[in-house]
Amino acid sequence: MVHRARASHVGTCLSVADILGVLYSDVLRFDPAQPAWPDRDRFVLSKGHGGAALYAVLAERGFFPRRWLDDYCANESRLAGHATHHDVPGVEVSTGSLGHGLPLACGMALAGKRDGASYRTFALLSDGECDEGSTWEAALFAPHHGLDNLVAIVDYNKIQSFGSVADVLELAPLADKWRAFRWGVQELDGHDHAALRRTLTALPVEPGRPTMIIAHTIKGKGVSFMEGDLAWHYVPPSDEQLAAALAELTGDA
Amino acid sequence: MRNAFVSALLELAASEPRIFLVTGDLGYNVLEVFAERFPERFLNAGVAEQNMTGVATGLALSGRIVFTYSIANFPTLRCLEQIRNDVCIHNANVKIVAVGGGLAYGPLGPTHHGTEDLAILRTLPNMTVVAPGDPVETDLATRAIVQHAGPCYLRLGKAGEPVVHERPPAFELGRAIEVRSGADVTLISTGGTLAMTVAAADTLASRGVAARVLSMPTLAPLDADAIARAATETGRVVTVEEHGIGGLGSAVAEVLVGLEHPIVFRPLRLARRVLKTVGTQDHLRAKQGLSPDGIVQVVEAL
Repeated sequence: MVHRARASHVGTCLSVADILGVLYSDVLRFDPAQPAWPDRDRFVLSKGHGGAALYAVLAERGFFPRRWLDDYCANESRLAGHATHHDVPGVEVSTGSLGHGLPLACGMALAGKRDGASYRTFALLSDGECDEGSTWEAALFAPHHGLDNLVAIVDYNKIQSFGSVADVLELAPLADKWRAFRWGVQELDGHDHAALRRTLTALPVEPGRPTMIIAHTIKGKGVSFMEGDLAWHYVPPSDEQLAAALAELTGDA
Repeated sequence: MRNAFVSALLELAASEPRIFLVTGDLGYNVLEVFAERFPERFLNAGVAEQNMTGVATGLALSGRIVFTYSIANFPTLRCLEQIRNDVCIHNANVKIVAVGGGLAYGPLGPTHHGTEDLAILRTLPNMTVVAPGDPVETDLATRAIVQHAGPCYLRLGKAGEPVVHERPPAFELGRAIEVRSGADVTLISTGGTLAMTVAAADTLASRGVAARVLSMPTLAPLDADAIARAATETGRVVTVEEHGIGGLGSAVAEVLVGLEHPIVFRPLRLARRVLKTVGTQDHLRAKQGLSPDGIVQVVEAL
């Protein structure tokens, strides 16, 4: 769909695909027939530029027809290049500007706490958006209010918009920062389905605290010529590159 | 206005369980009574307005009517993108309340002067922008925005504003309130300049000029019909606001340019500049012509 739309962010989609796959297979509680089911787990794609991956997962799980994906980013399409909720079942909130998702998720989690509701709230963040002050405002907020029904995942692929995290604004030691903010922190390989499943089905990682999962990932994962390359934040694959990428991903290479 | 707001909110919260109040660590000696009566519906988000606004949206999307509360520009400009993307794009039921609109915090310096908020907020989609003219309008506006599903901005003065309306007027979001009738000139005021505008009208009346006074507590959506009617019937319009360009004067001008007949129009508003000296609200207002005398002079020079 990114290729067809001549769109961008294919690298980020491959970075989060495994995380989204495990979340929507084994972790999140939802009912595609009732997207507004009050007890559903909330999922906030704070890194809204991964919208294409989210739409694909939602279509796969039956929230809307797969043919909608054909119109991604096209004129009059409801599927925007950044996750957008208008008339798209399953997209909880519209995102795209970084640093908005964790505060939104905190509000949903706080509402759940005050209502005594059983749902949990998940937010998937980019590493780049850990530059945003609003992310750290929320980082202070969640443990103060004991939001152990909140789970944040950082897609830590170490590449942000205009360079590597190490060169632009170093986040290390990232896990220590979140621990110092009083979150329960778990680091794992964000492409290891078993590890993701194990951690995400035994939440919270520390009782009484919000959970932060630092998922070490590779931008462009699974496609040799995309892995770790900033260019795939921007350029769409050509016909030949798409064929080569699909061959690698489906094991036909 | 601040006290009228809190009194109305307390009364409303007693019968409307969805009302929830979030403050950005302000409201000393004002909000304690709400926090004590409704602890489960109160939150101090700390000095973190971006997170406050995102949290408020998350709460609103979970079924609540959420008020965010702070002073001057903190609940608006500091977190403007959260208001645009989180509150407005989701049409979330968040009511943003700023105390100290205009020059109410005059002596505290230009960081605390809220003089661009109306212009900026009224451009946002789904946002209802309300600046009540006195404590009576504040009470009515607070009730109205609770009834209205969707984003609202309530710009208040501080405390001690004079009561203009001797009895509660009919109040509807998006409707002007005619405070004085008259056919010679129309004075339109938004927010806390209503009292001086009425005083100017009284002076003008004593000099034989019948000024119609419209209070315009809602800037978005704007009561274009009332403006067009008053302009057509009186031929001359002066707007009065404790705010810079882009606010009431600009909004009224947008209506007037669409009229068939030319209207004599003068916006009385704050200059687009940083104030380098401070003073009381009345002092800073009067320096820029915002006083009964200043309004009379503008009308007499039309």
